[in-house]
Amino acid sequence: VPTLNDYLILSAILFAIGSAGVLVRRNIITILLSVEIMLNAVNLSFVAFGRAFGTADGQIIVFFVMTVAAAEAAVGLAIVIGLFRHRESLNPATFTSLKW
Amino acid sequence: MTLFYLFGAVAVIASLLVISQRNPIHSVLLLIASFGALSGLYVLLEAPFVAVTQIIVYAGAIMVLFLFVVMLLNAPHEETEHDERLHAFRRPGPLRFGAVLAVALGVELWWALTRSGGDTGGFSGPGVSSVRLIGKSLFTEYAFPFEVTSILILVAMVGAVVLAKRDPQGGTSARPGA
Repeated sequence: VPTLNDYLILSAILFAIGSAGVLVRRNIITILLSVEIMLNAVNLSFVAFGRAFGTADGQIIVFFVMTVAAAEAAVGLAIVIGLFRHRESLNPATFTSLKW
Repeated sequence: MTLFYLFGAVAVIASLLVISQRNPIHSVLLLIASFGALSGLYVLLEAPFVAVTQIIVYAGAIMVLFLFVVMLLNAPHEETEHDERLHAFRRPGPLRFGAVLAVALGVELWWALTRSGGDTGGFSGPGVSSVRLIGKSLFTEYAFPFEVTSILILVAMVGAVVLAKRDPQGGTSARPGA
């Protein structure tokens, strides 16, 4: 039977993969996808804790995290489109100046 | 237990492939596979509402938005710069430092989680799988955060429209001074 620790370790592995993606990749869209991986890893630990404590709070906070993730994806992708129009590139090293 | 390992392996492998693919379209499709495995894990945790929401909202809405933007920008490959010839994981210098930091984070989390003794084995007591209870709690105890969420979505919607809008003069409205 999988224990709470098993779920937390899986969540930690997924979070580490997501942070590796953010730190290593040089493509804004892949970095946003890695942020989504990290959010989902945290969601998994919320649901696992909610299951362990026998309350609905874990599932409710996952609902809010999903809403924030949707808002973040919409605004982030709008920013990506705006940046791509200026520089024709998705490499974050291209966007080093605040104003041009 | 077998299902836990199956779904966990699919989630981890798909996530690893997401961050090692060069083509963003492949990354997005693999991330949908990872979300499907996570949804299976939510079912194992007796959270069917979260599992269904994961499929509908994440795999159905957010990932389609990502896919739409990837295809709209039509820039599938990363190697546009001269230093992008090497794959991200084989590049020397500071980028390798990022990978080391991420591996260190994973090892630390693993160590912190496995050294705690007294694992009880399995979950005791029933979980809350009733959508009715979740909805009741959401609209009574968590009514205020729920309403604030609607403002958040409104702000995100207006922000996305303003940021992605084209100016009539040809620039974008994101830089009103230019």
